[in-house]
Amino acid sequence: MTAPLTARPRGAGPGGQPPGAPRAPGAAAAARSAPAEGSPGSARLLDVLAAVRDPELDEPITSLGFVASCTVSADGDAQVRLRLPTYFCAPNFAFLMVADAYDAVSGLPGVRHAEVILEDHFASDAINGGVAARAGFARSFDGEAVGELHQLRADFLRKAVMAGTDQVCRPLQAAGAGPSALRAMTLGEVPASPALERLRQRRAELGLPAGDAAALLIDPVTGAPVTGDAVPLHLRRAQTTRVSIEANSGICRGMLRHRYDTAGQGEEDQ
Amino acid sequence: MYEKDGEKYFVVDSHMHYWNAAPDNWVPGAEQYAKGWIECFHAYQGLGPPATHWTIEHFQKYSEDDLMKDVFEDGHVDVAVFQPTYLKEWYKEGFNTTERNAEMGKKHPGKFIYNTRWDPRDGDEGIEVLRRNVERYGSKGVKLYSAEWNSGSRGWKLTDRAAYRYLEVCQEIGIKNIHVHKGPTIWPLDKDAFDVADVDHAATDFPDLNFIVEHVGLPRIEDFCFMATQEPNVYAGLAVVIGGLMYARPRFFAKVMGELLFWVGEDKMTFGSDYAIWEPKWQVEGFVDWESPDGEEFSDYPKLTTVGKKKILGLNAAKLYDIDVPAEYRLDAGQGTPAAQDDAQLVAGA
Repeated sequence: MTAPLTARPRGAGPGGQPPGAPRAPGAAAAARSAPAEGSPGSARLLDVLAAVRDPELDEPITSLGFVASCTVSADGDAQVRLRLPTYFCAPNFAFLMVADAYDAVSGLPGVRHAEVILEDHFASDAINGGVAARAGFARSFDGEAVGELHQLRADFLRKAVMAGTDQVCRPLQAAGAGPSALRAMTLGEVPASPALERLRQRRAELGLPAGDAAALLIDPVTGAPVTGDAVPLHLRRAQTTRVSIEANSGICRGMLRHRYDTAGQGEEDQ
Repeated sequence: MYEKDGEKYFVVDSHMHYWNAAPDNWVPGAEQYAKGWIECFHAYQGLGPPATHWTIEHFQKYSEDDLMKDVFEDGHVDVAVFQPTYLKEWYKEGFNTTERNAEMGKKHPGKFIYNTRWDPRDGDEGIEVLRRNVERYGSKGVKLYSAEWNSGSRGWKLTDRAAYRYLEVCQEIGIKNIHVHKGPTIWPLDKDAFDVADVDHAATDFPDLNFIVEHVGLPRIEDFCFMATQEPNVYAGLAVVIGGLMYARPRFFAKVMGELLFWVGEDKMTFGSDYAIWEPKWQVEGFVDWESPDGEEFSDYPKLTTVGKKKILGLNAAKLYDIDVPAEYRLDAGQGTPAAQDDAQLVAGA
């Protein structure tokens, strides 16, 4: 589990997060390292936005090109404009990104007022207004939703854990590790890599075992080690999940490029 | 039909449209949705080869002659399946309705199959319309868009009680093929609208119906694969897979195809151009030429042969829709059975 929000802990904020629910780590990271006073500057703003992820694609909204602009005045008034690949991107995921961006930016020391605006989306008004009013998802979409989005976020973090499992296991398999070797492996025995670090983070966000002694292969729901005959299927599903997410990411990037002819702040090509 | 290197392909475009999304068809007060929808489709077209991109004006409203040329004359298609999408909250006469499709199609006998649609929120009246459409147009399939907005509702699921009632009527009146298209909204909005678990339930409960999941459940390819492998009557509609990935992201295309061949198999995959999002010509030609890349990343995927391509491009859909395929385009004995509802590859624990 990541550290709780240091800036404004609360029961249910814009993202509708209950205590203990998985969440993007942006605000907490910002609070640790930002200067204590003065306007943080737009580069610092972009840094904290880089910790906000698209929950479906498991990538930072910055590298995906979703940050159209981010500015902060000398007085600490921050404004972030977000954009998505289509007018009809799913409103629940859009809401999570706007709410997480709001949390990340408003938690940055030196920011006096934060505004996050989603542009060109069918539900822009409901999302922008709901996040600004810290109303939660269900109240922002009155009558159209019955609950908040922590379950949805957790479900997609589990997909990220599966995809991350493939990222970590592929090189091991290429080096000759078979199913039984992978089954016996702990995270501490896997050579360090960005993919491993990322997998640990995702597991930790879900409250799943992420320490050196934890098994490399675990059930992303229960956290129990994968055993025996279940290993090959687990690996196969991990691979398919990764392919699916990466293909989606490719389509989203292509659509965004068609829709906007400017690069986003912090955008990186795949 | 398409011929390359001495091989003959019978082409069924199992997912295409004849729409009017021009401003003259926008519902006053809902213009932003009508505009947003067609611009979203237009962005998808941007994933195809640049030479095939249209202006937004042409894309909003193309003519009957455009369609006949793009799909049949240039596009190698033998038979095309009209898949209606109504969206009457945004488009005055609907985006593309069964009636509009049939009006055009009747001038070109033998070229088109008219699927119709239903929406479980339309109640008894909707069932009467469905019965009438099947009688009038001989529909053997329906296209379902579960994210359609209807009187304040943002969507529905196949497992809704009302939807089951419609599925029962489908069985009763000879509808065989249920094309399922997921979209970004559903009720309630806090759930994942793209979840395919409802298709899983419906496919189990209606074993005599075929469920063709369009764009293979994108963006939930993995959930679709894990589900389809267990359901003998679930098929992968390749609309968007070929159009959206083959040119723009060839390596991901190869991987997605590999996954589909592994989990679903070439007997249960059907080509659809999604015209007018993409023209069929480059898709058919590119798919016939396509070979899975070499390399470790692709090594454990089943290979797609010429026979497999023939099934996917037309023979599977021909079987689903009882289309008579000329002898020279059929498979030789021993080359497999198209659209086989054979034993699904049951994966323990999947």
